Amino acid sequence: MSSIVVRVKQKQIARLIAKGKRLDGRGLTDYREINVEQGVVERAEGSARVLLGKTEVMAGVKIEVGQPFSDTPNEGVLTVNAELVPLASPTFEPGPPDENSIELARVVDRGIRESKAIDLEKLCIEPGKKVFVVFVDVYVLNHDGNLIDASAMAALGALLNTKVFNYEYKDGEVKIKPGFTPLPLRKHPIAVTFAKINDTLVVDPWLEEERVMDARITLTIDDDGDICAIQKGGSGYFSQKQVLEAAKIAKEKAEEIRKKLKW
Amino acid sequence: MSQKVEKLIDKKGLRLDGRKPDELRPIKIEVGVLANADGSAYIQQGKNKILAAVYGPRELHPKHLALPDRTVLRCRYHMAPFSVQERKSPAPSRREIELSKVIREALEPSLFLEYYPRTAIDVFIEVLQADGGTRCASITAASLALADAGIPMRDLVVACAAGKVDHTIVLDLMDAEDKKGNADVPVALMPNLNAITLLQMDGNLSLEEFEKAVNLAIEGCKKIYAMQKEALRAKYVSIKEVEE
Repeated sequence: MSSIVVRVKQKQIARLIAKGKRLDGRGLTDYREINVEQGVVERAEGSARVLLGKTEVMAGVKIEVGQPFSDTPNEGVLTVNAELVPLASPTFEPGPPDENSIELARVVDRGIRESKAIDLEKLCIEPGKKVFVVFVDVYVLNHDGNLIDASAMAALGALLNTKVFNYEYKDGEVKIKPGFTPLPLRKHPIAVTFAKINDTLVVDPWLEEERVMDARITLTIDDDGDICAIQKGGSGYFSQKQVLEAAKIAKEKAEEIRKKLKW
Repeated sequence: MSQKVEKLIDKKGLRLDGRKPDELRPIKIEVGVLANADGSAYIQQGKNKILAAVYGPRELHPKHLALPDRTVLRCRYHMAPFSVQERKSPAPSRREIELSKVIREALEPSLFLEYYPRTAIDVFIEVLQADGGTRCASITAASLALADAGIPMRDLVVACAAGKVDHTIVLDLMDAEDKKGNADVPVALMPNLNAITLLQMDGNLSLEEFEKAVNLAIEGCKKIYAMQKEALRAKYVSIKEVEE
């Protein structure tokens, strides 16, 4: 936590931030370069690869026929999972998902679910019996900070790229027919993450900044500029003023990203 | 959807259980309820019934997880199988793992972790009955258990949620409001430091509504904070009486 190198770096990062600058030359509210490539895995019903600076995340969507939840018999099912695969960082280890990957998946899930991005009712085949299950699997390939925003973008990119196979429903059997229909998407939730370093908020923290940050906050914003999910992380805290400031900046940033990606 | 639209707020502006929008549920807090734990607390908030226990600072096993410069705070939030309508499997769910993490991160800023290097402090939270807002009530109880264990802290951490149901911003959502409402914003606070240590949200809120909800949640936190301090005091007052 507090090796000498980290402490020296922390000082340097904090000193720059006090002057409104960052170690990698960005302004406090600048994102790194964003690159999205869709349809990168042909076997998947939808896929996308996102580069956020050097952070690289891939997301794949698979669609299966399954059962609805008993409290939502008319709706398809959304499942989000995230894998911090060991090849992406020296700090990732193989094994069952740890709290970090579970949190990552659940924050991405919350953004998609709470913004009602997918029209789940259109994924119902027979109420209470058969629906489409949408599996979104987030695969972190290189960890250079801000996995949440990159993963949310990759998940959305993959969903936008997703095609549902056409089918015929007869006597309780789903028969696949040729051709595809795009997944019914209504919203484009964008996650915007801040790190608090020396009592200052910076957007899109990269790894060096994450190592020294006190706390982190993510706000997911929908197309109307409304907030649909928030997650604070890290063992520090925020003031009331900082939280409201973050909400305001997040709204602007989300709009900017949506425009840039034409989503 | 053919779902019946149930009114969550009636014509008089009252909620399902008769509360006003800015009213808390009845709260009962007790400190020092478990004999074996170094510190413990019990909270009832509406129908929520939650026990929190603290063990430590104590030796950490496995030892290689110990940190040379501070204690390791560990936190387990767990729901009893009988705490909800449909039996919950006792194995930790993904939700419980996430909540354990955010609760730990809500409590950490209040503690002087560097006071106890190479040790662990364990916080165990058992939800015996759940009725919405369990993470908040758990934090309120867990912070008291830490204080009861005699662990030095900057301030107590107290938590309360606000949210939106039927176009109204309301305080301290119960289960039905949480499930059918439009948004839920749990907030944890160290009131003396004006430090927000947990903030989550799901649903849909405009920036204005969000600001309102955060402010209301903080008001709620401050009210519960007074009860928290009273409960802590009550334990030591009663000890004095026994001595006399």
